[in-house]
Amino acid sequence: MTVPLGAFIAVSAVLFFLGAAGVLVRRNAVVILMCVELMLNASNLALVAFSRRAGQLGAGNPLDQRGSVFVVFVFVIAAAEVAVGLAIILAAYRNRPTVNVDELHQMKG
Amino acid sequence: MIANAWLIPGLPLAAFLMNVSFGRRWLGRWTGTIATAAVGVSAIIAIGIFFEVRAGALRTVVPLYNFMTVGDFHIDVAALIDPLSTAMLLVVTIVSFFIHVYAIGYMAHDRGFWRFFSWFPLFVFAMLILVMADNYLVMFVGWEGVGLCSYLLIGFWFERPEPAGAAKKAFVMNRIGDWGFMVGMITTFLVFGSMNFVDVFDRVARNPPAQGVLSLICLAFFLGATGKSAQLPLYSWLPDAMEGPTPVSALIHAATMVTAGVYLVARSTPLFDAAGPVLAGVAGVGALTAIFAATIALVQFDIKRVMAYSTVSQLGYMFLALGVGAPIAAMFHLITHAFFKALLFLGSGSVIHGVGDVQDMRRMGGLRSKMPLTYWTMVIAGGALAALPPLAGFWSKDEILGSAFKNGYPILWVVGVFTGGLTAFYITRAIWLTFHGVPRDRHLFDHAHESPRVMTVPLLVLAAGSILVGFIGFPPDNGFIHSFIRPAVETGTGSAAVEAGTNWLEFLTFAAISTAVGILGILLGLSMYSRGRPDPAAVSRAAGPYYDVLVNKYYVDELYDRRFVDVAKAFAGAAWAFDIHIIDGLVNRLGWAIKLSGGGLRRAQTGIVGNYALSIVGGLLLILIVYGGYATGWLHR
Repeated sequence: MTVPLGAFIAVSAVLFFLGAAGVLVRRNAVVILMCVELMLNASNLALVAFSRRAGQLGAGNPLDQRGSVFVVFVFVIAAAEVAVGLAIILAAYRNRPTVNVDELHQMKG
Repeated sequence: MIANAWLIPGLPLAAFLMNVSFGRRWLGRWTGTIATAAVGVSAIIAIGIFFEVRAGALRTVVPLYNFMTVGDFHIDVAALIDPLSTAMLLVVTIVSFFIHVYAIGYMAHDRGFWRFFSWFPLFVFAMLILVMADNYLVMFVGWEGVGLCSYLLIGFWFERPEPAGAAKKAFVMNRIGDWGFMVGMITTFLVFGSMNFVDVFDRVARNPPAQGVLSLICLAFFLGATGKSAQLPLYSWLPDAMEGPTPVSALIHAATMVTAGVYLVARSTPLFDAAGPVLAGVAGVGALTAIFAATIALVQFDIKRVMAYSTVSQLGYMFLALGVGAPIAAMFHLITHAFFKALLFLGSGSVIHGVGDVQDMRRMGGLRSKMPLTYWTMVIAGGALAALPPLAGFWSKDEILGSAFKNGYPILWVVGVFTGGLTAFYITRAIWLTFHGVPRDRHLFDHAHESPRVMTVPLLVLAAGSILVGFIGFPPDNGFIHSFIRPAVETGTGSAAVEAGTNWLEFLTFAAISTAVGILGILLGLSMYSRGRPDPAAVSRAAGPYYDVLVNKYYVDELYDRRFVDVAKAFAGAAWAFDIHIIDGLVNRLGWAIKLSGGGLRRAQTGIVGNYALSIVGGLLLILIVYGGYATGWLHR
C-alpha cells in the first residue's frame, strides 16, 4: 500500500499551521520555541515526501533521495536555533523572572 | 654677479621666514636689523649687477627652476636681467633699504614691531619677483604678492576699523585690476603660445596678430596697471591706504608697488607700440588722472592725503609719458619720483612722529624751528616735486612734457604744464601749513621734537638722491639713463628709438614754460598762506560749490558706493539668501523628511515578540496567496 503524496502534504500543512498558531497565541517563550520546532518538522515532512516522490518520477534509481539532505540541514539549524533560543530565554529569565513574551518588551523602539 | 641674481629676492625672503617664525618669541627688536641687513645686501648685489649690465650684459636670463611643462609649453621661474629690470632693481632695493632703516625708528614703540618687519621684507621679496620675472606668469605671482603685502601693511593696525576697511578696499580694487592682468596674460598665451617676454616680443615683431586682438591684450594689461598704479578709474584705494604706517606709505604706496603698473606697461612696450591707438588712451588716462588728483590735493588737510593724491597725480605723469611713446621718460620719472616722494612721505612721517600721531595740518604750523632737518629735506623734496631746476623732478617731468608736445599731443602738454602749477601750489601749501606761520596748537607745538637719527639719516640720504638722481638724465634726451634703458625698450617701430641728441633750444623753451608755471604756483601758495592775499578762507568761500566738490574728492567714493558697492552687496545678499534657503534648505528638508519617516516607522518596533511573529506569518500568507494566485491563473501578469 502506498500513501498518496497529498496525505503527506496535508499532514505537513496541518502541523505547520498548528505550529504557526501556537507561535502566535502562546505567551510562554519555551512553548513558542516548541511550536517553532513543530513548524520546522512539518516542513521536514514535506521535504522528505517530495524527495521520495522526485525519486520515483525520475528516470534513475528509485532509492535516489538527494532531496532528503535538506532535512539534515534543517535538523542542524533547528538544533542551533533551540540552543540559542533557550540561552536567550534563560538570560532574559535571569534578568527578570518571567518567560512571558508579552512582558519582555524592553526592546521597544 | 648676474648669476647670483636670485639672491636679491632670496635674502628678503629669508629675512621674512626668520622673522615670522622666531620674531615674536625670540628675535624681538632684532627683526628690524635682520630685515634691513637682508635688503641692504640685496641692494649691494643689485649695484653689482648694474655695473655688469652697464658693461654690456644687455639681456641675461637666469633660470631658477622649471615651474611647469605642459606639452610644448614651458614656464620657468627665471630672472630676466636687462637694463629695464636692473633700473627697477636698483630703485627698489636702495629705496627699500633706507625706508627699512627709517622704519626701525618710526616703528620703535609699536607692539607689532616684529610683525611689521616680517611683512616688510616679504613685500620687498614679492616686488623683486615682479621686477625680475622673465614671463607674465611669474610676474603675476609677484604682482599678487605685493597686493597681499599691501593689504597686510595697510591693515597693520587692524584693531581700528579704518585701517581694516582701507585694506579691504585696496585689496578689492586691486582684484579688479588683477582680473585685467589675467585676461591679458591668458589672451597673450592664446595668441602667441607663450608668456615669455622675449618670445612674445619676438613674435610681435616678426608676425604681428590682428590689431583688435593686440588692442584687447593691451587694454587688459592697462586695466591691470590702473588698478596697481592707482589711475582713473581705480585710484580711490590709494588715498585710503594712508591708514597704514607711514614707512608703508613711503615704500609701497609711493616708491615701489604703485609703479608696478608703469613697469608693466614699459616692459610691454613692444606690444603697446604695435597696438597703436591704445597708447593714446593710456596717455589720456594718465593726463586726466594727473590733473584730477592734483586738484583734490589742493584742498586736503591731512598731510599724508596730500602726498597720496600727489602720488596718484605723478603716476598719471608716468602713464602720460608711456602713452606718448616715451617709456624712457616714464622710467626716469619713476626713478626720481621714488626718491623725492619717498622722502616727502618719510618727512611727513617724521612730522607725525614728532607731534605725536597728528596728521591734520590745521593743528600744526611753525614746526620749522622744532625739526629743522625734516624741514629742509622736505623743502628739497617739495622742490623736486614742483620740478624746480636743478632738482631731480625737474629733469624727468620736463622730459615727459617735452615728449608729449613733440610727439603730437599739445593738449596733453597743456594739461601737464597746468598740473605742474597745481603741484607746485599744493606742495607749497602743505609745507607752509606744517612748518611756517604761527603754531595753531600750542600744546602740540610745545611737545614737538626732531626725530631720532635713525630716521633723519635716511631723510638726508634721500634728499641727496632727490637732488642728484636727476643728473642721470643729463643732458636732456641724451643722458646716461637714455643710453642705458634704450636697448631694452627699443622696438624699431616705436618712437623710443627716435630720440637722439639734445635740442638745447627746444629743451630750454619747454623748461622755461613749465618752470615759470611752477614758480607761479609756488608764489601764489606763498602769497595766499603767508600774507593772506588772497585769503585762503575767502577763496574757498568764493569758490563755493566747486570747493565742496574738491573737498569731497569729486564724490567718487559716494558714486562707487552707490553704483558698485551697493549693487555688489545686494548681489551678495541674494547669493546668501539662495545659499541659506535653497541650498541649505534642500539639505535640511531632506534630513527633516528622513527624521519624520524614521519617527513614524519607530512605532512598528513594539518590542513584543508576538507582533513580529504575526507580521512574519502575515507576510508568508501574502506570498502564498500571490504565488497561488498566479499558479492557478486567478491573478494575471
